[in-house]
Amino acid sequence: MLLSGAQILVNCLAEQGVFNIFGYPGASILSVYDALTASSVKHVLAAHEQGACFAAEGYARRSGKAGVVLATSGPGATNLVTGIADAYMDSVPLVAITGNVSLDKLGHDSFQEVDIFDVTMPVSKYGMIVKRAGEIAPAVRRAFALAESGRRGPVLVDIPSNVFDEYAEYTRETPVRPSPRSPLDDEIARAAEMLNAAKKPVLYIGGGARAAGAADKVAELAARLRCPVAVTYMGLGCFDPDSDKFLGVLSAVNGLPAAAIRECDLFVTVGARFNSRYGAFGALKKRRIPVLQFDSDRAEIDKNVLAAHAVVGDAALSLAKLLPLVDEKEEADWEYPALPDMREVNRGTEIISALSRKTGRRTTVVTDVGLHQEWAAHNCKIYTPERFLTSGGLGAMGFGLGAAIGAHFASGDPCLLITGDGSFNMNFNELTTAVKHHIPLVVAVLNNNSLGMIRKLQAASRSKSNVNAPYLNVDYAALARSLGARGVTVSETDDIESAIDDALDGPLPVVIDFRIPINTGI
Amino acid sequence: MENVKRQIISILVNNQPGVLSRIAGLFSRRGYNIDALTVCATEDDRYSRMTITVTASPATIKQIVAQLEKQEDVVKVVGFDGKEVAFRELLLIKIAVGGAERSQIVDLCALFKAKAIDINADSIMLELTGSTDKVDNFIKNLSVYPILEMARTGGAALERGGGSMAREADAADEAADTTEKK
Repeated sequence: MLLSGAQILVNCLAEQGVFNIFGYPGASILSVYDALTASSVKHVLAAHEQGACFAAEGYARRSGKAGVVLATSGPGATNLVTGIADAYMDSVPLVAITGNVSLDKLGHDSFQEVDIFDVTMPVSKYGMIVKRAGEIAPAVRRAFALAESGRRGPVLVDIPSNVFDEYAEYTRETPVRPSPRSPLDDEIARAAEMLNAAKKPVLYIGGGARAAGAADKVAELAARLRCPVAVTYMGLGCFDPDSDKFLGVLSAVNGLPAAAIRECDLFVTVGARFNSRYGAFGALKKRRIPVLQFDSDRAEIDKNVLAAHAVVGDAALSLAKLLPLVDEKEEADWEYPALPDMREVNRGTEIISALSRKTGRRTTVVTDVGLHQEWAAHNCKIYTPERFLTSGGLGAMGFGLGAAIGAHFASGDPCLLITGDGSFNMNFNELTTAVKHHIPLVVAVLNNNSLGMIRKLQAASRSKSNVNAPYLNVDYAALARSLGARGVTVSETDDIESAIDDALDGPLPVVIDFRIPINTGI
Repeated sequence: MENVKRQIISILVNNQPGVLSRIAGLFSRRGYNIDALTVCATEDDRYSRMTITVTASPATIKQIVAQLEKQEDVVKVVGFDGKEVAFRELLLIKIAVGGAERSQIVDLCALFKAKAIDINADSIMLELTGSTDKVDNFIKNLSVYPILEMARTGGAALERGGGSMAREADAADEAADTTEKK
């Protein structure tokens, strides 16, 4: 049938199984908003394009399917860049659709014109400029297929405004996804030999395992090997947090994985990157510990740490092929020393532990970026992959509120956002979106009236300078109320358990302003 | 530091806007140095060929190839190790010589199989094709004369023998399609 470009776009979204998209209107994309009024695809209006992009990311991270964000040309498009970069770093499937100025105005520095295709090139998996209405459907289908396959990531589709108003033929198609990459048999056989020869392997599980839905295979492998399991931020939820083999997330406040790395005789990664943030991987080279790498992206092999052997392929397919070849180890084979609990405990971690316990397993936990992020990763019990959402690779402050809103739309889950005053200040505007949509959201602001992570970095640096003057002592409970949410203040000395019980007793969303001492965790 | 070597990488890419920018951007943001770069049409108008010369350690070259292969618009990547490949650069060079010195230039051209393609009273323009070393050597020999200006291309390279990157890529695609249908 003959449809306008805007109608074709919206039909394609429906065809791809999209229920909610997130965005912000502007002149260059208004035609799409007209088409949306007659569609099954529901648009969630954010307060800011960045919040919309983080919401689309939250939707994608929670559902495993591509999130969609819509923005207008120029500033609308550039406001997406941080979210797109965030999705790129954490391999999150995202389809970003931007309107641009009409074709005849492109390249003339027209009002609200930005070459967003080139701007996003280094932070996206792929990008397209669609110059004819007839090309919209193939471009959108390709964008979804690319975003959701292989190593997943963000794809940009930039459409000049006049193309939305052109007419072209549209025929509905069933979504097609390339099949996941299967590993080579000899690569698997060699990996099995290494695992069978190892006396004390350690598993390190990342987002690749989560994306492939390989959590049950990870559990099976760990059980056969009787070995400890560490995870990345992206891998949290892929292993039972109650297991005595669980080491937690590798980070500055959890020394356990680093200690395990120093002791192991084979370091096995599944869909995990060797990030530059922590020095723990240095021990691998120094102690000549062989690395066995499972990754769907060949370019990850040997990138930051040389692997003794690598298997390239989808994590679930790889582990499925591997498992029958792996011998079951006896407890007696195990030569691993007992490791002490090396988790930091402070007022912040106590609050988070209590929140995690009281909000329960069905809650999706979202964090922002800062000290609270590390505390949350170690003190929230996450039993299912996709129920812990955080900005890992990019470390984008302000990620959390949008992401929590998106996660709720994807799952219906209640959400717990653990944030700090610094991160919350960046994007608290999205509280209006949460209020408008009655999101069952608990926002815990760990408020030290300061940028804790920066204070910590500066305290550790040689200069010992402190550019980070305390904030303005914002009353977040009052702020929440002014935006239509409930607000509660918990003082530094209040009893944590009863304060949380009281705060959770009432309508949501609620913002709990937890006052914590300025030097907590520093 | 690991030994660095010069490597010619031939990349077959989709012939569409933005591809050059994407590939060049990949090199700059990952800190790979490009010695020379040529982009040209191919026998198949769906594809363009990029010939990139890099100097890097073997580990870096492996990483470059892996990064290139995962680009959506890259159809095929082949790293040439120099032996089984024909590689040519083109040089145009203009020298301020007239009269008496011209015969010396003509001698040099005969040795290098270069051609004079524009001759004026007080200048001469020469054309040479050849390997990077040959072109370097020719310029060195000419540098005793006043060089007015020169233009030098990156390399064009093809594997010797009866192969075709485009045909191999298409055949691989077809094989993949058949497997998927099964």
